[in-house]
Parts: sequence; C-alpha cells; structure tokens
Amino acid sequence: MPFGINETMGQYSELFMLLAAGTYTVAFIAFAWDLAKSSKALRAIDLKAAQADESAKVPVAAGAAARSESHLAGPAGRTERPSSSTARPAGTGGGGVMTADGDMRYAAERRAPARVAVALTVLGAVIHGAGVLTRALGAGRVPWGNMYEFLTTGAFVAIAVFLLVLIRRDLRFLGTFVVGLGIIMLVAASVAYWTPVGHLVPALQSYWLIIHVSIAVLSSALFTLTFAMSALQLVQSHRQKTVAAGGADKLGFMRLVPSALSLENLSYRINAIAFIGWTFTLMFGAIWAEKAWGRFWGWDTKEVWTFVIWVVYAGYLHARATRGWTGTRAAWLSIVGYLCVIFNFTIVNQFFNGLHSYSGL
Amino acid sequence: MSERVNVKKKSSTLAGGKERGDKVAEAKADAALPALGPVGMLRWAWTQLTSMRTALFLLLLLAVAAVPGSLFPQRPANPSVVTQYIKDNPDYGKLLDTLQLYDVYSSAWFSAIYLLLFISLIGCVVPRAIAHYKAMRSQPPRTPKRLSRLPEYGTLVIPADAGIPASEAITSAAGVLKNRGYRVEVRDAGGERPSLGAERGFAKEVGNLVFHTSLIGVLVSVAIGGLFGYSGQRILVEGDTFVNTLVGYDQFTPGTNFQSSQLQPYSLQLDKFDITFDRESRGKIGQPIDFSASVTTKENPDAPAQKEILKVNDPVTLGGTSIYLTGNGYAPMVTVRDGEGNVAMQGPVVGKLQGDNYYSSVVIKVPDAKPDQLGFQGFFLPTAFVSNEGVSYSGDPGLFNPQLTLNSFYGDLGLDDGAPQNVFEIDVRNLTPLNARNLAAGGIKLAPGTSYTLPDGKGTISFDGVKRYIGVDIHHNPGQLYALIFALLAVAGLILSLYVNRRRVWVRTGTHEDGRTMVEYGLLARGEDHRLAGEADAVRKLLSAEWQLAADADPAKSQQTPSSSPDNGPGAATTSAPRTPAGPSGPEKDQ
Ligand code: HEM
Repeated sequence: MPFGINETMGQYSELFMLLAAGTYTVAFIAFAWDLAKSSKALRAIDLKAAQADESAKVPVAAGAAARSESHLAGPAGRTERPSSSTARPAGTGGGGVMTADGDMRYAAERRAPARVAVALTVLGAVIHGAGVLTRALGAGRVPWGNMYEFLTTGAFVAIAVFLLVLIRRDLRFLGTFVVGLGIIMLVAASVAYWTPVGHLVPALQSYWLIIHVSIAVLSSALFTLTFAMSALQLVQSHRQKTVAAGGADKLGFMRLVPSALSLENLSYRINAIAFIGWTFTLMFGAIWAEKAWGRFWGWDTKEVWTFVIWVVYAGYLHARATRGWTGTRAAWLSIVGYLCVIFNFTIVNQFFNGLHSYSGL
Repeated sequence: MSERVNVKKKSSTLAGGKERGDKVAEAKADAALPALGPVGMLRWAWTQLTSMRTALFLLLLLAVAAVPGSLFPQRPANPSVVTQYIKDNPDYGKLLDTLQLYDVYSSAWFSAIYLLLFISLIGCVVPRAIAHYKAMRSQPPRTPKRLSRLPEYGTLVIPADAGIPASEAITSAAGVLKNRGYRVEVRDAGGERPSLGAERGFAKEVGNLVFHTSLIGVLVSVAIGGLFGYSGQRILVEGDTFVNTLVGYDQFTPGTNFQSSQLQPYSLQLDKFDITFDRESRGKIGQPIDFSASVTTKENPDAPAQKEILKVNDPVTLGGTSIYLTGNGYAPMVTVRDGEGNVAMQGPVVGKLQGDNYYSSVVIKVPDAKPDQLGFQGFFLPTAFVSNEGVSYSGDPGLFNPQLTLNSFYGDLGLDDGAPQNVFEIDVRNLTPLNARNLAAGGIKLAPGTSYTLPDGKGTISFDGVKRYIGVDIHHNPGQLYALIFALLAVAGLILSLYVNRRRVWVRTGTHEDGRTMVEYGLLARGEDHRLAGEADAVRKLLSAEWQLAADADPAKSQQTPSSSPDNGPGAATTSAPRTPAGPSGPEKDQ
C-alpha cells in the first residue's frame, strides 16, 4: 500500500512551480539581453578593429588565425576531421565570423547579463527543485507518475543538466533556448496537464518506474541540449558559408555561438551519452513490460516510438562515421530524433491508445 | 572507422580502416560496373549491401517503417479492433490490409528491411572482426616520417648531463607507454634515430563488434521465443483452480513449434482477491490503487501446496511459465431453478467490464433448464444508482449497493449444434423474451439474497452473493533470457565502443650535436577522440617525470605554431633550444 496523500504539500509544490516559472522568465530576459548586447558589443569591436585595420586585435581571432588548417575548413565540404578539435580553442570558422570559443570553455571576458541570467536560472532551479520535492512528498512517491509530473520534473532535469554542463563548458548561448523550453514545459504542465497529487495506478507501482522513467527523462534532457546545438549548427553553418562567400553577416548574435564544427563535436559527445541512456530506457522498459504484461516486446505505440527514436539516433551515430553524412545531415538526424522524442511524449501519450495510456489524463 | 586526422594519407597503415576500405570498394564497384557477369553482379550487390551508407539507409528506413504500426490498429494486439476498423473504413480498410498495415511487424516489407539490415550487419561485422583480429596480433604501425604532422605533437629535451642517450631514452619511453597500457614496439633501437610505435584501445573495436553481434543475438532470441513459446489466458473466480493443461485455458496461443507435452501440469488456485480503492486523492476517488491475489500453487499434482501473492508487476513463476495478473471484476453468484423446480444452474457469472466503477454486463445461459432452455442478459452494478433521467449507473467500485438487472428469454440457446460460442454474448434472435422493460412482466432487478419467479412458470432465479474474479495471462518464452543477455552484452559493447579511445603514439629520439637528447612524439586517434590532447599532456608529463625534466607549466608549448619554425623540428619547438639540423623530422628514412 502506498503512503498517504498530503494535499498541503501538493499546494506548496504548485506555488513553487509558479515561482520557478517566474524566476525563469526573468532569467530568460537576461539571457536574451546578453545575446542582444553581446552582438552589439562585438560589432563595436569589429568596427574598431577595422578602423585600426588590424584585425589581429580582435581577441580570439588573433590566436586562431594561426590554427591548423582543419579548423578553418569549416563543416562545409569537410572531408578530414580533426580528431581532437574541441580540445583546443578553435576560434575561427571562416575568417573572423566567430568570436565564441570553439572549445566552449569560459573566456576571460565578463558578460554581466549572462552572469545574472545564470544566477537567476540557478535560483529558479532551486525553487523548481523544491517544487518537485514537495510534489514527491505530497504524493508519497517518485514525482513522475503522470503527464503533469513528467513535464514539471522533466523541465527541472533539463535545466539542472544544463546548469551542470555549464560548470565545465560555456554553453550560455543556449540559455534562452533551455530556459525558454523550461518555461513552456512548466506552463503547459500547469495549464493543460494539471493533475492533483494522487496515488499511482497499480500498473505503475514498480521500482522500474523509478529506474526506467528517470533514465528516460535524463536522456531526453540531454537530447534537448543537442537538439538546440544541432539547430544552431545548421544556422551557423549557413552563416559561415554566406560570410565565407563574401555575403553580409545578418546574424550578428550568432557570433556568441561557437563554430558549426565545434557545435557538432560537442553535440555528438552529448548524443553519445544520451544514446546509451536511451538504450537503457529501451531495455529497462522491456524488462518492466515483461514483469507487468508478460512480454518484453509487443509493439505497443509507446514501444514503437521509443524504438524509432533509438534507431534514428543510431542512424545519427552511423552518419557521423559515414562520408557525406557528417555535418549538416547528421545535424538534421539529431533534430529529427528530438522531434520524435517530443512526439512520443506529447502526441503518443495523449492520442494513441495503448498499454501505456495511463498518463493521468 | 574514419581517420579523422589532418595527416596526409601517405602511409597505408595510417589511413586505414573503413574509410579506405569504402573507397577501395567503391572504386572496385565503379570499375566493375560496365561488364558484370553474374558473379560480378553478386559481388557488386554484396559490396553495396555491406557498405556503411546502405546500413545507414536501412536503419533510417527501419525507423520509418516502424511508424505505421503505431498509426493503424495491429492484429496481434487487437484483432477485433482491426475487424471493426476495416468495417468502419470501407473505402480504404481493405487496401490497408493488402498492404499488411495491420500486421506491420510481421509484414513482408518490414521483415525485408530488418533482414537486409542484419545481412548487411553480418557482412560488415565478419570482415571487420577478421581485420581486427589481425590488427591485434600485428605490431603497431611504423613511425611516420613527420611526427609534427600528427594532430598532437610535442618535443622534449633531455640535457646532456643527464646521461640518457637516444637509445636509452627510447627504451625508457617504451616502458612508460607500456605501463600506460600501450602495446609498444621499439624500432632501430641501436641506430641514430631510434623510434617506437605504440597503440592501445583495441577494446573500442571489440566493443563495436560485440555490440553489433549482440543485436543479431537479440533478434535470434526473439525468434526462438516465437518458435517455442506459448501464451494463454484464463479467468479465475475466487475458489477456482487453474491446471496447466490445454483444456485449462480459456484462450491459448501456441508458438510455431509448440508441443502440448511442454505443459507442466501445475495448478494455481485463487483463494482471495483484494482491491484497495483510492479514498483520498482529489478527482481520483474510487480508482483502484492496489490489487492483490492470494493463490495456492502446486508444481505438479503431487507436490506440496504453496501460498503465494500475485500482484500487478509481480508475476508468479511456475513450471517454466510466468503468470500475470491482467484483469479483474465481479462475478455475481446466481442459482437458476427451471420450470420443474430443479437447480439447473448454480455458481458465479463473470461480469464483463463495460463502464466506470465496474459497471459490468452479464450473460447467463442455462442449457439444462427444462422444459425450455433459459437465457439471461443484463448488467451488474456494485453500487447501483439511478440518475434523474432514469438511467442506472454504478456510483462506486465497492460493493455498497450491488444490483443485478436482467432480461430473460427462453427457447433454444443453440448450444447443441457444437458451434463454439462466446460465453459473454447471447444470441437472442431465436429466443422468446420473458422479461424486459418493455414487456408486461418488466425487467428483473435483484439485490443479494433475493430471488425472482419467472413468468409462465418457467422457473426462478436468485442472486446469492458476489465474488471477485481475476484474469491471468500465462506466458512461456524460452528466448527471453537470451534476449536479455544479448541486450546487456550490446550495451557493454556500446559503452566500450564509444568510450574507449583507440590511440597511437610514436616517439623518436636523437642526439643533438651538443650532446642533448632530443625527443619528439606524436599522437593519433582512430575515430572520434576529444581527449587526445589530454592524453598528449599525460604522456608528456610521464616522460618528463621519467627523465626528471622540469615539468613545463605550459603544455601548450608543445603546440607551438609553425610560425616560429617552419619545419617544426624539436629544437624549434622547445623554447630554449637552438635550431638543430639533427631534428628528427629531418630528411631521414621512414622507420
Ligand atoms: C541493427 C542495425 C545497427 C545498429 C542499431 C547499429 C548501431 C551502431 C551504433 C550505435 C554505432 C556507434 C558505435 C560507435 O560509434 O562506435 C555503430 C557504429 C558502427 N556501425 Fe552500426 N549498427 C547497425 C548496423 C550496422 C551495419 C549493418 C553496419 C555495416 C554495414 C554497421 C557498421 C557500423 C560501423 C562501421 C560503425 C563504426 C562507426 C564509428 O566508428 O564511428 N552497423 N553502429
């Protein structure tokens, strides 16, 4: 028999979720401000540099100019790929288009709005974490038993993973995206999927819920990061090509974003971790299905889509090792994979009938 | 395995692996294209099929092909829904059936895709396994001429007074690398320019091969389950016993190679079934939150009885099968006496769930009633309410106000002609109604402990009480343990393949004319390796420690830009050293 329900805790949880969403909103504005401001500041530096006619004075570009040719090649038409390119600052991807560090390490220069944004995100995440925790206490179980809880907890994990990666890498250029997504998830949870604290149906009462779902949520959080990076990679690669061909650089804020190749390399590494996570999700799901329904695989809708996602990301890993498929095409696969993740979570949970139809709606 | 290196692929050992293999294969294929005999044709097809590009294509195709199975109802899961779907969509329902869209995962086209994929996989894994076996037994590749061209490159200088000549430096470097897990070969140890080649990380490729091979293992295990497994269903009312023989099942699905001798005659008796309903969550009151079936099992007829609890997510295993709790409901107990006053039927009637709160339909067939066979059809409500519109509904899943409402019929039930009938349905076309709402006699409404006398002296029916029943699924799948083992192997292989790095290190030493020993080293990774620079640093530190060189604070030094020295000799790379013509990257032989 499960523990009792604590309604008061549940109400506290909802209050925390609201506060977290508010804090994130301010953080989102700060991240956006950072992008806008930096792109302005960068343009000013460029201007000065141009006036002095001494492009070597542009901070990172100076060192980068002397980099080995592979970094200059950019993702377009790349046939040989440096094996350790992310280990060094790969500054340029076509002559001064890039200011961001290809290594995604923190640079010395301070970006005050970005610092504020990160601080606010941390604050939001703490409040959000309290919301998740009180939800768990209120229901007396893990806080991922229905759509509302998947969303609120999933948003928390996505933001927490983002913050954790931030410790090592300067991915602040993803801030608007990740925090924006977190806000959307929280709002969607509260508006469309709100569910009061409650017990789990017997089918969900299993330690496999803890194992299987937590790994799925973690992997999805990582896929979220790589989705954003792959999307930026496409934009960046397009921009690099345009600039290299002598076109005008219309997307100034993209200077904060590392080169397409650096994006591709880091998102590959994150996707590799997430793929292992997804493999476990699939396997543990199968083991649980065996325990609950007597067969480990039955092509239930949810199983089908979990499988499809797995195959798409396996395709992505293959693409990275297939000539002609690296770069842009691989990025598209990563994006398609993520769209499948979203589809699997939203549409499949709600509109498809299957054994998994206990999303709490 | 693509060599993602900015090294000019001069030496064949450097530019190895798939990339080159692909090129060769493609070149071959191109060359062979104009005049293909049957053998050439086959070879060409085989090369195409086993190429990485085809594997990728088939993988993506597999993903796409799996999707329709989630869009259309599938026969294996829900045959009746499929039939209904075809009925509801007369214009294209049949067409979808010819396209096997209701049996996607056993369809010809889906099978073709995954079989091709697996053939491609085998065609890819076998040659790679052979090649890797050879690579593991052969020496590390020869030392490239210009180590400075490698993605990681650095130099060290051992002062003349340290007394470590070039030959000794190379052997001690070999020791260092061996300790770090490299397989090392020293070349030209006594010569002027001794060098060593070292390699590690063979587990990466092994992992990759294990991963891919295990996928085949999983597929085979699934096939074994389909051949030798079986599954079935049974409904058990409290007090009922199931015996594992063919007649014990309500429904039985054998695998292709099933034999009834496989069934071990164990027994399972349902003693009691308990449900806990949610009485506290807002909006969820009355939802079941715990199912618990107390059962008594016997491994075989003579074995001692054992008490066990069967729950959702917690099957009972018995005689090589697993027994799952998959459904439950109420079974009202009734007694029917016929027109001659004899008990014609007595016992539980399984109610089929129809709506909320265990609103269930019941069908009672009494073929033994005389002079006429009797039939009843109606509903059971655990907590009966009547809405303002006069519609009955069940207000709670618990037994607060149980009620049985029935219509009755008499005549020939049609059970004698041997055609199998669904126990949950009654065909009333050939029967004469006795009780119904629109008849003078009205419908039958019974509470527990009450009885009703049928019109025209046809008999009586009494409602004696309520029991619960459970539905169990019984499965035997001999392949599933193997599937699990292969899946675990696959994950292990995948992790190795993604996280072990295959690296090569070369070191070359030489003596400067002023007596110092010059050392240069280079590193190369096969495949993706973002930690190669870290490895270069580690190797540099270890070598420095070995020769007690002052640890240089700035490892970036080893990545001196070519601007300071066009040909990157070791002398140039180290800040203090003067340029030296004896730099190992000079015009010496490639060994
Ligand atoms: C059932 C289908 C397959 C799946 C799910 C699958 C999955 C994977 C995965 C996840 C990787 C990444 C591991 C790594 O990067 O080392 C990989 C790598 C690889 N796969 Fe497959 N594979 C399949 C079929 C094939 C087939 C048919 C071939 C051969 C034609 C193949 C050839 C390769 C190769 C050469 C790599 C190494 C790529 C690299 O080193 O980056 N795979 N495979």
